[in-house]
Amino acid sequence: MHSTTHLEAGPRGDTVREEATDRLARIAAGESVPTVTHPEIEQEPIVLETRDFCLHYGPKQALFDINVKVARGKVTALIGPSGCGKSTLIRSVNRINDLLSTVHIRGDMLLAGESIYAPGVDVIGLRKRMGMVFQKPNPFPMSIYENVVYPLRIDGERNRRVLDEVCERSLRGAALWEEVKDRLQDNALSLSGGQQQRLCIARAIAAEPEILLMDEPCSALDPIATTKIENLIEQLKGDYSILIVTHNMQQAARTSDYTAFMYLGHLLEFGRTETIFQTPRLIETQDYVTGRFG
Amino acid sequence: MRRRPRAKASVLAEGEPMIWLTAGGLTVAILMIAGLLALVTVQGLATLWPVPLTRIRLANGVQHMGEVARSELFRPPAAFWPSLAPEAERRARDEAAGQDGRLRRRLIRIGNFEITGEHFQWVNDFEVVAEEQPEWAIVVERMSWGRFYGIPIAFVEDGRRVAETPQAAWELFRRHHGEVAARRARRRRLETREIGAINAALESARLALRAAEQRNGADAPATQARRRAYEAAEVRGSNEYARVRAEIAALDAANARYRMVFRTAGDRETTLDLAAVVRAYPANQLRWIDRLGIYASRWTEFLTAEPREANSEGGVFPAIFGTVLMTLIMSFAVAPLGVMAALYLREYAKAGAAVSAVRIAVNNLAGVPSIVFGVFGLGFFCYLIGARLDELFFAARLPNPTFGKGGLLWASMTLALLTLPVVIVATEEALSAVPNSMREGSYACGAGKWQTIRRIVLPRAMPGILTGMILAMARGAGEVAPLMLVGAVKLAPELPLDSVFPYLHPERSFMHLGFHIYDLGFQSQNSEAAKPMVFTTTLLLMALIFALNVAAVRLRSRLRRKFVSAAF
Ligand SMILES: Nc1ncnc2c1ncn2[C@@H]1O[C@H](COP(=O)(O)OP(=O)(O)OP(=O)(O)O)[C@@H](O)[C@H]1O
Ligand SMILES: [Mg+2]
Repeated sequence: MHSTTHLEAGPRGDTVREEATDRLARIAAGESVPTVTHPEIEQEPIVLETRDFCLHYGPKQALFDINVKVARGKVTALIGPSGCGKSTLIRSVNRINDLLSTVHIRGDMLLAGESIYAPGVDVIGLRKRMGMVFQKPNPFPMSIYENVVYPLRIDGERNRRVLDEVCERSLRGAALWEEVKDRLQDNALSLSGGQQQRLCIARAIAAEPEILLMDEPCSALDPIATTKIENLIEQLKGDYSILIVTHNMQQAARTSDYTAFMYLGHLLEFGRTETIFQTPRLIETQDYVTGRFG
Repeated sequence: MRRRPRAKASVLAEGEPMIWLTAGGLTVAILMIAGLLALVTVQGLATLWPVPLTRIRLANGVQHMGEVARSELFRPPAAFWPSLAPEAERRARDEAAGQDGRLRRRLIRIGNFEITGEHFQWVNDFEVVAEEQPEWAIVVERMSWGRFYGIPIAFVEDGRRVAETPQAAWELFRRHHGEVAARRARRRRLETREIGAINAALESARLALRAAEQRNGADAPATQARRRAYEAAEVRGSNEYARVRAEIAALDAANARYRMVFRTAGDRETTLDLAAVVRAYPANQLRWIDRLGIYASRWTEFLTAEPREANSEGGVFPAIFGTVLMTLIMSFAVAPLGVMAALYLREYAKAGAAVSAVRIAVNNLAGVPSIVFGVFGLGFFCYLIGARLDELFFAARLPNPTFGKGGLLWASMTLALLTLPVVIVATEEALSAVPNSMREGSYACGAGKWQTIRRIVLPRAMPGILTGMILAMARGAGEVAPLMLVGAVKLAPELPLDSVFPYLHPERSFMHLGFHIYDLGFQSQNSEAAKPMVFTTTLLLMALIFALNVAAVRLRSRLRRKFVSAAF
């Protein structure tokens, strides 16, 4: 079971192909398929886990029995072809999807062992324990300074010293301090796209969340800004647990410790990044990471 | 490989006709707007410009002197010709032959209403035998009776004629008119302010007495004390009144010393009190600079003085003041109401049939004729709420209504209601234009709904909300029909803001530029003289709305620079 799977031609390869075809047929029929979870994750301390999480947009089911775990202090990447439900999953973690009236869910998620979807949960309190970076930078229409300290402002923090300190620490953390330290009172919308995205990261880490959710944070950025943000993720790792969606295989391979491969609303395979990229168990994963399918 | 043949580029594909069509639509719209603006501007600016005085002698010996108001060609009806004398008919036919059967006539403003009984007179060109511009013809603008045109022949000081030539009389006029006008202004102040204050003090003592009577009965000791206070106030008041009256009489006596004798076009001698003269000038001796001076002085009077002569002369300051104040109060009322309603509709209410129904109802409200709002305002604000307020707080003044009639406050509220749909619709648009990603960003930071609305959504929507406010203000400031029912009057005795506590008197009726225009144009006795003032007042109203709009637009663009930018 722990042995690596060889996907070269031959009798073994044929069976693998047949299994895959069978799996795809079951997905097409709307059935759940079991996730291949590599065992290394069991040794890790877990910050977030989902339990048979299903989600419907109106009549359309977008997520099927998702079981995934995010290790504390590690980077977990969500990969998969477009429309497979990565954003849906990551937006379900902080219940931003709840804002849509058509969304219905089944199953549960646990943040540090506490239920996220149990009735009566304090959603706002929950979101305060998470930070989120969106695919498109969404700075608020206010100064750079106010953007960064926004999470503290809404908690009613007034102490200038505390705010200043958090602002500087977060901007340094997001590798933006040197660029904006002389213009903190400028409007955040005057920053470039890459700077805006790093500003959003600074905002997300300002309240020192337990988990950082990033939905394709680099998709709107040029390679230089992308590199900066990748280095940033490297630095943040350890202090923060990160769940990141990405389309960029190199990025996933470079930055993440664990990788989850999703396909049409199903989580097919989940394990350590090296394993997923070099010796995946499923042929679909293999095809996807090598760019043959997706 | 066989390619599917593509259609050739055609006229329709380019849409050339559509370009012409849309451009044509724009042109028509611009032409109409520009035409209206040009008409109002040209007429409005020309009204106050001093024009020369013409003296005309007619074939029948009648003489007219005055300002030419306008001239036109007219086609005489068949019955016109037999009414003419043979000589006149010959000249008329000669003239008509050269002008395609039409005759020219001019409208002369002849003034001197107390003598002629007319303000204006049509003069046919064929009847004119002589026409000149007399050097010493003087235009006199008076406190009452409209304009006077004549040639000065003497100046009277203390009953003696001290100058017997036009030039000498005019010199003396110029020397004395300034002080006379100053005394007149002082007299006016005494009449309005001081006598007003005396009356206000007496009235408040009387109201205190009435209130005490109603509360404690007629014989209670508290009432007795009030009665004594009232009687003391009465004595004090009549002493004060006598003092002011004496002062006024002294001013009148001082002013009555100076008079001027004129000869009119009809060769009559007329004596005018200098105190009755607002402004006078020798119309045919004016240099450019003098004309400009008179023009400026008339504009100053127009903008800062109270109206005279059934509003057709003098200024419109009370109307400007009333319009601005009403628009401001309306804005302060409609902004929070409209924004809150839109916030609930867009951010809190669950989308569904009920919300759609409300939205449709709000949109339809914008189509309700404004007079209906006036009727509603009268019934609801004045007769229901106002009467209630009177019973509760102003019982002593009944049966005279305080809030139970039209007034500034109720007019503002009625217009607030009228403009509410505009604000709600614009605010809703602005709210829905706030990108969802910003809301999500805020929620993801752990903000609650209200925090998100207050810190993110509202600031970002503010430019759009201001656009709605601009539209609402323009609509409200230009609205007339409902105001006629809820408090705008032809002539308000007092401004709604003055130096008597509590300074702002929202229950008072007020003057309004739009209503003033209606009154000038359609209710005036001297409608020919009022007509040019219609244009001037319209110009002013448009300038006022324009100024309000510019202020709001500048505020909006400042906000827009702050909240919406084109990074990337
Ligand atoms: N608001 C919505 N209403 C209805 N269906 C939705 C909604 N948002 C997403 N979906 C559907 O849910 C599925 C998953 O969408 P999701 O955005 O999670 O995909 P994704 O993996 O993030 O794709 P991408 O990589 O292109 O961002 C898609 O089929 C999409 O059409
Ligand atoms: Mg996505």
